Formats: sequence, structure tokens, C-alpha cells
Amino acid sequence: MPTTEAWPGVLAAAPRLTWDLGRDVHLLLQYPFMRNAFVAGAVAGVMCGVIGWFAVLRGETYAAHTLANVAFPGASGAVYLGLAPLAGYFGFAVAGAGLIAWLSPPRPGARERHSATVGAIQALALALGFWFVSLYRGFLTSLSGFLFGSFLGVTRDDVAVLLITAIVALAVMAVIGRPLLFASVDPLVAEAAGVPVRAVSLAYLVLLGCAVAEASQFTGVLLVLALLVVPAATASALTARPSLGLALSVGLAVATVWAGLAAAYFTNRPVGFWVTSAGFVGYVLARGAAALRGRPRLRVAAA
Amino acid sequence: MIPADPSDAGRLDALDQPDVDWSPAGAPTLEPTVTATAVAARAGGRLLFTGLDATVTAGQFVAVLGPNGAGKSTFLRMLLGLHPLGGGSLLVLGQRPGRHNRDIGYLPQRRSFDAAVRIRGVDLVRLGVDGHRWGTPLPLVRRLLDRAGVEAERRRVQDVIARVGATGYAGRPIGEMSGGEQQRLLIAQALVRHPRLLILDEPLESLDLPNQQGVAGLLQRISADGVTVVIVAHDVNPILDYLDQVIYIVGGRALAGTPAEVITTDNLSRLYGAPVEVVRTPSGRLVVVGQPEAASFHADH
Repeated sequence: MPTTEAWPGVLAAAPRLTWDLGRDVHLLLQYPFMRNAFVAGAVAGVMCGVIGWFAVLRGETYAAHTLANVAFPGASGAVYLGLAPLAGYFGFAVAGAGLIAWLSPPRPGARERHSATVGAIQALALALGFWFVSLYRGFLTSLSGFLFGSFLGVTRDDVAVLLITAIVALAVMAVIGRPLLFASVDPLVAEAAGVPVRAVSLAYLVLLGCAVAEASQFTGVLLVLALLVVPAATASALTARPSLGLALSVGLAVATVWAGLAAAYFTNRPVGFWVTSAGFVGYVLARGAAALRGRPRLRVAAA
Repeated sequence: MIPADPSDAGRLDALDQPDVDWSPAGAPTLEPTVTATAVAARAGGRLLFTGLDATVTAGQFVAVLGPNGAGKSTFLRMLLGLHPLGGGSLLVLGQRPGRHNRDIGYLPQRRSFDAAVRIRGVDLVRLGVDGHRWGTPLPLVRRLLDRAGVEAERRRVQDVIARVGATGYAGRPIGEMSGGEQQRLLIAQALVRHPRLLILDEPLESLDLPNQQGVAGLLQRISADGVTVVIVAHDVNPILDYLDQVIYIVGGRALAGTPAEVITTDNLSRLYGAPVEVVRTPSGRLVVVGQPEAASFHADH
């Protein structure tokens, strides 16, 4: 995780953006931590692109945000106990998914989970995270890294953990993809057709927890939606074709995280800000394009 | 409520043309699709109704009627094996409920898809073909490996979309469609596996009058093709002309039979415990008047 001590080395090099693209890329990738960050960013982008597309379709963005907040006490608690923060992120996000599923099972026919239950879990998680931070006095410097994102501390081991998690999660996703689509769009009909709707929803929520843990490495727990929801929402605004939408969502997520990393490197400003801004600009452009293209069609929806 | 959409009305005319293959597919067999004997329903520890006896044969168009909360939707879910039997015995397609769901098309009660559901109508229909199967289809890979299979599936989906008269708008996101358009695509999804039994919960609700008549006519033609159609409705009038059988569930009791047998002033007044009048119009149509649900229906729309 973020250590401010790493900054002096970077600042000494004083990377400046030039018109020479080759030189820029060379500058960008000259340090191992940046190479690690780019690989890990691509991994997280692919995972968030796929899982986020379903979160948008299912209307579970609030659950995604809550899982991110649940990851916060995981990470701060792990640091307090001297464990790897990554273990805390994954452990708490997955446990949070189970908690949400248990307290707020999907109601028949309802697309969203009970928002009050999810909100209660979110408040508790944030409070618990801050409690761990207050226990560990010297640790406040990296609080903003947990909350708003950083990329300086991504080690080779972290990359390996992120990669393995992503491969397993995407493999599970490949197995449950079609029934999950069915259960997301039309839970009652899916149930009648023999889809185990509750099991599929729970599996999805656990995968969402994993994706949240991956995204928080770059965006911090508070800006997770920038990587998990914004690229997927942009893709959904551009196309209603499931396969094309998923591909677009993945491409946009990777592009967003890479653009954010590069911008953060050259400007010495937080990566969370840049990832969020890049994603939001794309989203606004996509909504504008959709509005221009689909104007005569929106008549029915508006009525 | 979805307001009248003039473009919908245009499509209804096309739908009513007899040039599509709507002719009955051979004489309907007499094998019973649903056999209910003294069926009772319970929900949440409460007894909804008892003593439902009915036999539905292949190709019949059957309506389950009654006020809200009487247990109509519960009865449909019992037919699918999704709700436990509260008593009696129930056979669906010759087996106990839930065994033959692959041969049953189901349309649950709903209002409509949210505008945020960004998935095309044609994708929704395709989920009816293979949505229950594990895996994730990759369209590009599949097209390379199994061109004929992909083409056959595409044609099957296109055919069923044409059958419900939705070809013009099936490529649009489902959330942007009117209630009538969504309803036709959902019927297409339920039909795409060529079910023997089609179960629909309030398919006419939240539709304007021309769309109600259009969907009712479509269901009648589907049943004429040999598919047994069981629908729940709380206003009987739009479908009364087409029905082979009605099952009335009111106040814990159930009564089944042909419309002429069941829908009489005496029967309905007794079932509802309130004066209900059944009138025959000069053109020979039955009309139910004074039934509380029917009255509220006209006030709502």
C-alpha cells in the first residue's frame, strides 16, 4: 500500500510530459513500481469492466459502493494487525458480500436489494474502518491513500495476487454468465426456467466483492465506482448489445485506469482523481452521443 | 400507465391480418394439460382457497379470474412448481408441477422494464432459448465454430418475434419500449421454446384498450395453434369472447367451467357476495357489469 516515502525518488526524476511519445512512455515505465501499476491496472480494468457491466444491468451500484466501504476496515485492520492490506481488502469485501446477501436476499421480482439494509452495512463499515485508523496512530498518513487511491505500493506479489484473483473470478463469470444475465433481466422467468436465481446472485455478489478489492488498489475505497461503474455505464449508454457492451466496458476500464496512472505520474496528483475524471468525461460524452443519436426513440420512454 | 401510442395501433392492424400462419395445427388432442383435483392454496400460513377442480385440455384458452389477493398468481406459481400445494392434487402435462417447466412458457406479473435496462428486445427473446444454460456465449467464436446452429437459432428468434408482430422494434433497448411492445416481446420469449403450455399473469394489465385487444387476439391465435394458454386477469371483458374455460377464485372458493356455465349473474353475485350482472349485448357478446374490479379498471384508465 501507499508509502509516502516512495515519493522523493519519483520527484527527483521530475518526469515531464513532452511531445515525444516514445520518451514519455520510456519515462512512464522506467520504474518497476510503475510497470507493476500498469500491469495491475490492466488486470483490474478487465475484471471491473466485466463485473461492473453486470452491476449496472442489475442496478447494484449501491451494493458495489458498500462493498468498497466494507473493504476499508479490512485494509486498515490488516495494517493495524501487521498483515498485508490486500488480504484485508479481499477478506472483508467477500465477507461483506455474504453479509449483504444474508441480510437482504433478492426479493422475487425486485431488481435491487433493500437499500436501507445495504446503507446500514455501509455506515458500520466506514465507522469500523475509522476505528482501526484511530487505533493505529502513526498510520493516518496513508488514510487518504486508502480512501482516495494510490498506486505507489503495488509490488510484484500484489500483481500476482490481483492476477490470480481476476483469472478465477472471470472463470466463474464465464460459467455463470448466461444464467446471470437471465436472472438479472428477468428473475421470475429465469427461476421458472430452472436458473438457481439466489445462488447465482450470491455468486455474483462475491465476485463483485473481489472486483471492488481490485479496483480499490487504484481508486481507493471511496472512488471504486469510477472503475467499476463508470466505464460500464458508458458502454451501456453506447450500446444495448450484451457482447459489444461487455467488450466496450472492458476496453474503457483499462483505458481509464491507464490514463489515470499516466496523468498521476506526470502531474504528481492523486491517481484516484485522474481515473475518476477520465471516466466521467467519457461517460458525459457517451450520454451526449446517445442523446443525439436516440432522440426520436426516447419519445416512448419519456411518456 | 402507458398512454396510447399511435404507432402501436398501426401494428395491431397488421397483427390482425389472417395471412400469417395462424391456422390450428391439427385437431387438438384430448390429453389434459392441467388436472386439478380439490386443490387448495396457502400463503404465509393463510388459506387462500380450497376445492379447485378443473381439467384443462390441450389448446384451450383458460382465464383464472377473481379479485386481487384471491390467490390467482399463487395458483400459476403452483402450476410451475414454484409454490407448494396447499392440498389436493395437481398434474401439469401429466407430471407433478415443476417437472416439465421446459415445456412451459411463463410470463410473470410485472409493470414494465426500467428505462435503465439496456438490453435489446431480441436479446431478451434469445434468453428464452438458452438463458438457463451455464456458460457465456461469445458470438464471434460461436459464429466461426457453429455457423449453421447460430443461423438456425437466429431464424427461430426472428420467427417468433414476427409471430407476435414485434419485428419493427425488437432491436431497440427493452426499457425504451411502450408497455404493449414489451408485453409482445415477453410473449415471444415465452413462446420461443415452442411450449405446450403458456402461463401468463395479468398480461393485459397496464395496457391501453387497443393493446389489450391486440394481445388478447394474439393469445387466442396461439391457443388455436394447439398451445394451451392459461392467463390471470382481473377484468374478464377484453378476453371473454375467446375463452374456452374460466376458473373463478373469489373469497376462498373456486369455480371452473365454460364461460357460459360459470359467468352468470347468479354465480358471480354469489362468489363476490355483491350484485354482479352478466349482460348479453345485441351482438351476442357477454359483458360483466358491476364487478368491483371491472369498475375500478375503467376508472383507472
